[in-house]
Amino acid sequence: MSTLLAIVVGCLYAAGVYMMLRRSLFKLILGLVFLSHGANLLIFTVGGLTRGRPPVVPPGATGLAVPSADPLPQALILTAIVIGFAVLAFSLALFHRGYQTFGSDDPDDLKVSDQ
Amino acid sequence: MTSLILRTATRFLLPLLVLFSLFLLVRGHHEPGGGFSGGLVAAAAFVLYGLAFGIAEVRKALPLDPRTLIGSGLLIAVTSTTFSLFAGQPLMTSLWWKVAIPGFGDLDLGTPLLFDLGVYLAVAGVTLLIILPLAEE
Amino acid sequence: MTVAILSGFVLALLAPTLQRVADRRAGWALALLPLILSLYFATFLKAIGSGEVFHARHEWVPSLGIHLSFTLDGLSLLFALLINGMGVLVLVYAGGYMAGHPELGRLYAFLLMFMASMLGLVLADSLLVLFVFWELTSFSSYLLIGFDHDRADARAAALRALLVTGGGGLALMAGLLLLGQAGGSLELSSLTTQADTLREHPLATPALLLILVGAFTKSAQFPFHFWLPSAMEAPTPISAYLHSATMVKAGVYLLSRLSPVFAGSDVWIGTLTVVGGLTMLMGGWLALLQSDLKRILAYSTVSALGTLTMFLGIGGPLAVQAAMAFLLGHALYKGALFLVAGAVDHETGTRDVDRLSGLRRAMPFTALAAGISALSMAGLPPLFGFIAKELSYEATLGAAWSTCVTTAAVVTNILLVAAAGVVGLRPFLGQTLPTPKPAHEAPLSLLLGPLTLSVVSIASGLIPAMGVNELLSAASTSVLGQPADIDLALWHGVTPALGLSAITLLGGVGVFASRGLVRKSASCCGRVSSWGPAGWYELALRRMNGLAVGQTQLLQSGYLRYYLMMTVAATVGLTGYALLGRGTPATAWNWFDVKFYEVGLVALMLLATLGALLLKSRLAAVASLGVVGYCVSLVFVLYGAPDLAMTQFLVETLTVILFVLVFYHLPESRIVSETSARWRDAVLALVTGVLMTALVLVGTPENYPPISEYFVEHSVTRGHGRNIVNVILVDFRGLDTLGEITVLSVAAVGVHALLKLRRRSDSGSETSVAGPAPVEAAGMLTQKTPMGELHQEDRDAGDDRRGSSPIREGDKP
Repeated sequence: MSTLLAIVVGCLYAAGVYMMLRRSLFKLILGLVFLSHGANLLIFTVGGLTRGRPPVVPPGATGLAVPSADPLPQALILTAIVIGFAVLAFSLALFHRGYQTFGSDDPDDLKVSDQ
Repeated sequence: MTSLILRTATRFLLPLLVLFSLFLLVRGHHEPGGGFSGGLVAAAAFVLYGLAFGIAEVRKALPLDPRTLIGSGLLIAVTSTTFSLFAGQPLMTSLWWKVAIPGFGDLDLGTPLLFDLGVYLAVAGVTLLIILPLAEE
Repeated sequence: MTVAILSGFVLALLAPTLQRVADRRAGWALALLPLILSLYFATFLKAIGSGEVFHARHEWVPSLGIHLSFTLDGLSLLFALLINGMGVLVLVYAGGYMAGHPELGRLYAFLLMFMASMLGLVLADSLLVLFVFWELTSFSSYLLIGFDHDRADARAAALRALLVTGGGGLALMAGLLLLGQAGGSLELSSLTTQADTLREHPLATPALLLILVGAFTKSAQFPFHFWLPSAMEAPTPISAYLHSATMVKAGVYLLSRLSPVFAGSDVWIGTLTVVGGLTMLMGGWLALLQSDLKRILAYSTVSALGTLTMFLGIGGPLAVQAAMAFLLGHALYKGALFLVAGAVDHETGTRDVDRLSGLRRAMPFTALAAGISALSMAGLPPLFGFIAKELSYEATLGAAWSTCVTTAAVVTNILLVAAAGVVGLRPFLGQTLPTPKPAHEAPLSLLLGPLTLSVVSIASGLIPAMGVNELLSAASTSVLGQPADIDLALWHGVTPALGLSAITLLGGVGVFASRGLVRKSASCCGRVSSWGPAGWYELALRRMNGLAVGQTQLLQSGYLRYYLMMTVAATVGLTGYALLGRGTPATAWNWFDVKFYEVGLVALMLLATLGALLLKSRLAAVASLGVVGYCVSLVFVLYGAPDLAMTQFLVETLTVILFVLVFYHLPESRIVSETSARWRDAVLALVTGVLMTALVLVGTPENYPPISEYFVEHSVTRGHGRNIVNVILVDFRGLDTLGEITVLSVAAVGVHALLKLRRRSDSGSETSVAGPAPVEAAGMLTQKTPMGELHQEDRDAGDDRRGSSPIREGDKP
């Protein structure tokens, strides 16, 4: 399965990068989300896949008896998901604001600051 | 979106979901759950309420302004890390106490639980602060 | 000792307040601290004179072997007394000189900060502590030179001094670290005891060369001397204090301090003698060509610093004693002359020696102090300058290459005698000339410094046994690393040195008389100076700026996709390079490992991704995105990550809602890139995808074992929780989580500001309208322009933004 997920990660990245390079801010933000999905899955897969055993210690025990999923990548991804959401929300708000003043979805129209 | 069914269901769902989010928060230290998912569920509950009744109603229904939620969340999280200083240990060292409650057994209480509460409040506040103005547009 | 150093910093913080409260008396009040410190340090004189050394040590970073350690020996004592003694006079002087200046409190603060830094520098025992204080002096010097920061010249001079001394500081840091590496200790006191083994170490020479760069920049040695004359932009009390008596001698101090370690090595002797000698000659010559009082003094200071460096290079008891005596003598007369120059400037309105004459009538006390100091500078008995000069000549006569060195010293001294005449005698004698301000005597605060220093010059010349002998002997002992006993006296009998002194004086008078001729002939070859180090500095600065502009224009094209392309390409390139030869995929392809529903899940994800890429409708694309997100969430469910699944599910729902909220009402975009651009992007995207797939395949747990054992083991015992993920988040890595929720809050506040701000400015049209909305938004996006220079339209936009001030008020409910 990790091979399959590796391919999925590659596809998510490719789609994300391609969308971010389009002349549309909508696609750009969409691509951003794809990239974060790709990154999360990448960390998850690289950390090792274990079917169905969450890293939760059974009551009464002091350690994991059976091989379980690795908790560290999960902790990383959990924060990444929430941070990714905040970044997305900020980009969307920025886009919203920009669209209302410039009336355009094209990043090339937003060059006032770089002239 | 003024479906009667949605409105009626939501009226009951809101307190239930908020309770569920608190449940997630409390059990999070031992079972799946925790401040992040709890906070998100709480926020989602209010967003659902907003879909049914409109954002203005959400603002009324909210016990605290989202900004207050964020502030208190951060404050609680930061404060919980400083308790260890009084115990003469480095910042952020966790402290635990066994509290015996008659008829219930020992309860394990510690500063990380308080920290998680801060996370819960901050995440809920952040999500609401982001979605409410966008939904009001 | 530590308290003595820190007290200056504390007082610096209080100085502005004190200035507001005490106004005119603030200078006198603040001068109490250095006065007390001077007395405090003076009490050590007896003990240190008999060979004692005092240490103070506090733990700082014990794990790295870094301590906050200070040492007080003869050399430190000499400097500490100089720093505090001059500090008293300069603080009082500054109060009079800058009276009524609105920023006087700030000046006091900077001066005190400098004083404390300098004190820390000369007392430091740890090389790192020394370096920290060294940089602090550079920094406070920058603040002080640029004190009149509304003048472009002052800013340029401050920057120049900072860049030169700061650049030298970097070299110094590298050198000190190398030295610490070679000696196995960062403490000066233990380095000096193992000088012999240290000198043989292969790192010793590179360390020495780097340290020399630091010392030479600080002490304005050729070719780094050019920052010092331009530092005269600073108010005069600062020039007197930093750029004559104390800070510029930090380099000399460092050389003296390291003298026991390095003195006698070929590099040391060669570099110091040649560079010092050159600086000495050049400074003397250039001093004569100036007509600004302060610039004359500045160049003669450069010359004096060269002399000191040269003597340290020559080494041996005679030269070191000469250096210490000259150091003291120079501080006394040069400090006084600077203060006099300031007083003259203050009372007449000009510093041009050609316009000053006959001031003795209007300013008799200033004239007296100037005359005494000038005679000391010229090396006339019975002043201390004479003793110092006699010692110098004895040292040069005893040096290797003595003819060369002695000639250079005599020539320099002749030039300096002439310069002393120009500065200290010429403005006060002869016919009275009209000045921009009618001249009158300076107030007491301006006179105290020069007169005190003159008196000290006379007293230490006449009766050197009164402490000066002891002090200089102790200082020389520290520099030599072996006991030295100085017995200074005015009369040494008829010696070759006396003869040289006579020649010097006669020559000096001759040059003084014919200085007009000298200056005229020199002005012909004035063009040479534009090729000097100052010119190189300007050129280097221009080139550097040009390079920055060029590469910025190249990289900051203004098209978002090119930035992205750069970023992606760089990531792919670097990751790919790192991945090369990192082993092959560890697991073989195993079809039986895969369940059928997993294949279905993967297929669904790929289809949805394709859909998001190809579908024209925005809502459809968002729906595809949602499908991908929920599928990711399912993957988390299947592989033992319920926390992630739950969070991902919720976030995905909110994401879709957000997208719909923002994009639902917008018209579809119709811009389509050219085919070639699409191919280019597709290739880049594919390469990225393939690389990431490879990354996952190579980075399996078989190749890189997990690092989470600690968390798994201690989750229950130490974290009191069975959900390890949650324990990591709230306990083991709680700091990360705290950072994260802070970032979240900032992002939320950002969103809030973006949306609420606009509403406020739209509805706020009842009062002053902020101008057209697009321009205002442009202003908001203009906060970071690549060149730091706003163009006209952008500036207008920025003003509009400030004018309407919705940002500041936007946050109110």
